[in-house]
Amino acid sequence: MAMTQISPQSAPRLSMRMRRAIWVWAFLALPVLFYSVIRFYPTIDAFRLSFTNWNLMSPPEYIGLQNYREMFASAEFWKVFRNTFAYLIIGTPISLFLSFIIAYFLDRIRFGHTFLRALYFLPFITTASAMGWVWRWFYQPAPTGVINSVLGAVGMGQLDFLRSTTWALPSIMVTAIWAGLGFQIIIFMAGLRSIPQTYYEAAKIDGVGDFAILRKITLPLLKPTTIFLVVFSSIGFLRIFDQVYNMTTNDPGGPLGSTKPLVLMIYQTAFNSYQMGAAAAQTVVLFTILLIISLLQLWILRTR
Amino acid sequence: MNYITKATLMAGTIIVSSTAANAVEIDYWQYIFDTRVAAVDQLIEQFEEANPDITVNHVTFPYADYQTRVVAANMSGNGPDVLQMFYGWTDNFVNGGVLQPLPTDVFPTEEIEADFFPIVTAMKRGDDYYGLPTAVRSLALFYNKDLFAEAGIDNPPETLDELVDYASRLAVKDSGGNYTTVGLTVEMGGQDHQWWREVLVRQFGGEPYSADYSTVTYDSEAGLAATQWYTDLTTKHEVGYTGFMDEGQAAFRAGRAAMTIDGTFRLGSFRDIEGFEWGVAELPANAEGLRSNYASYFANGIGAGAEGEELEAAAKFLQYLSSPEAMQLWLEVVGELPARPEVALTEANLADPIYAPFLKGLEYAHTTTFVDEQAQRQVTMDMANRVFLQGQSVEDTLAEAAAAEQAIIDRAR
Repeated sequence: MAMTQISPQSAPRLSMRMRRAIWVWAFLALPVLFYSVIRFYPTIDAFRLSFTNWNLMSPPEYIGLQNYREMFASAEFWKVFRNTFAYLIIGTPISLFLSFIIAYFLDRIRFGHTFLRALYFLPFITTASAMGWVWRWFYQPAPTGVINSVLGAVGMGQLDFLRSTTWALPSIMVTAIWAGLGFQIIIFMAGLRSIPQTYYEAAKIDGVGDFAILRKITLPLLKPTTIFLVVFSSIGFLRIFDQVYNMTTNDPGGPLGSTKPLVLMIYQTAFNSYQMGAAAAQTVVLFTILLIISLLQLWILRTR
Repeated sequence: MNYITKATLMAGTIIVSSTAANAVEIDYWQYIFDTRVAAVDQLIEQFEEANPDITVNHVTFPYADYQTRVVAANMSGNGPDVLQMFYGWTDNFVNGGVLQPLPTDVFPTEEIEADFFPIVTAMKRGDDYYGLPTAVRSLALFYNKDLFAEAGIDNPPETLDELVDYASRLAVKDSGGNYTTVGLTVEMGGQDHQWWREVLVRQFGGEPYSADYSTVTYDSEAGLAATQWYTDLTTKHEVGYTGFMDEGQAAFRAGRAAMTIDGTFRLGSFRDIEGFEWGVAELPANAEGLRSNYASYFANGIGAGAEGEELEAAAKFLQYLSSPEAMQLWLEVVGELPARPEVALTEANLADPIYAPFLKGLEYAHTTTFVDEQAQRQVTMDMANRVFLQGQSVEDTLAEAAAAEQAIIDRAR
């Protein structure tokens, strides 16, 4: 901004601008180069590889759209696709709703505020794999699993959790939601704090009720925060891997593939079966989904 | 002695001529597993003492990305000279140009086939051998002697019927109907898939695959009977279920599984069980006395990139790794069975209550040729889970599994 305001009247000034630009680019070159090599090149190369049959060892062989045809024809892929969207569609609203409720009430209390906030944040800074294993043991049948032991002690039946094709995905989702909650609460609280108090004071003077304040003032003014968190959390759920992998290592993504997300499928195709081309095709699908969802959310943000 | 004299002379020459021309450095790769790393370190030390002109660099990686590292390094031309690999990876590694055939002047085919257990042929492609094992693994039945004594059972089961009978007597449930102890661990994800494939299917009169392992043949009456028998363990006889205490071996370690089927490689972790006495028995026979077993091994092969004096050194090192001395050391340090009958079937080993059942198993063992072991294991796990979790009929689940596995094999060939 400052640079454009300097009017280019004489030659030395111009060269000064040039020199500055060179300096700027000299510093920018490193991250640009880094990202080109580490991020952009592999991303673009994935598109190329998705049209090949490559097992890492023999040179890639061009096979056109065969990887895509096989992928879209496979029942397993569609199951994994549904699972991925189940994580997204159930996980994102629940986690946002919970974190908003907690942030909203946490914002109103003074006693134990810092302690509670730290407590909620704690899971976020814990290693995902460690957390996955702890929850995996929670979910075990009695006598090892805490939850089932308690259920048994109060005379209730056992829940199969991770051994059920119906309940394994929700069980893992609970862990993932719990893990991300702390971060979302902190962001929501920052958002709540940034709403000017004057609005609330004015509303109170006018005698507006708590619920109306929430609906008419808090939620609308919190929209940028909410949108950020929706994007952030959606991408997180679409890329879920750690929790699933660690909670189902004996049967990764199981039982019967009922918890397998796209990223785990990509991992298995690439590094267990060494079908790099097929894995690249799956990656392209994931990339496309992420792109569409991000663009959609940017669009919602713009028509605010 | 001769070696030492030679070594001294060699060392002297090196110092005098002060050239590094005859010092060869080779890389040996394996995955990280404490006892295996310790064993190889000792072997390298002894090898270098005998061959002072050769230096062996021992490089290790976590198991999870070992294969990927080998393949990636091979692509960039920095692959190992000698590497350890699962026999099941041979197809991939040979087709991908990771391995080169063992030089026949150092490793004559007749000698290999005369000196090693027959399962070594899983390393043969065409007329060439691509690797040799130091140690082999087989399966056996581990049983908890304390639980057997409590239940008044004197001996481990000899037959499949006895296995079912004992296992159902040993399983204990609480008032709520939950298992507190399982009679036998039922877990395809553990070693049961091997047991089902190479042992049960055969014991019920079938063959799991065609002779060259290119066609799935367990979708047969025998396969059906074997699968029915296996799933009945949970659904009918209620001896245990998949997922009890997370993993079968964990349940056994905790003293909550009376029996489990596992391999030699489990000995290391079961040896420090303190709470109870355990024993090992041969896998039960069928009513006609037919036994079978599944044997597998990690072999050492020579990397495709080794040539000239490095190849010579690599062959020398591989020769040492598959020598009787190395096998004895491996048995002592790692606990895996020697791959040469002359070292394995010694009187001392055959009298050993723990090694003996595994060694007997080797005599009649089969070695599955996998094209993608994890994917093929997954097929078997899913086959059992469809019965356990979705109540699918054994006929349907078996047919589905056979089709899925055949597809995996066809894709790889």
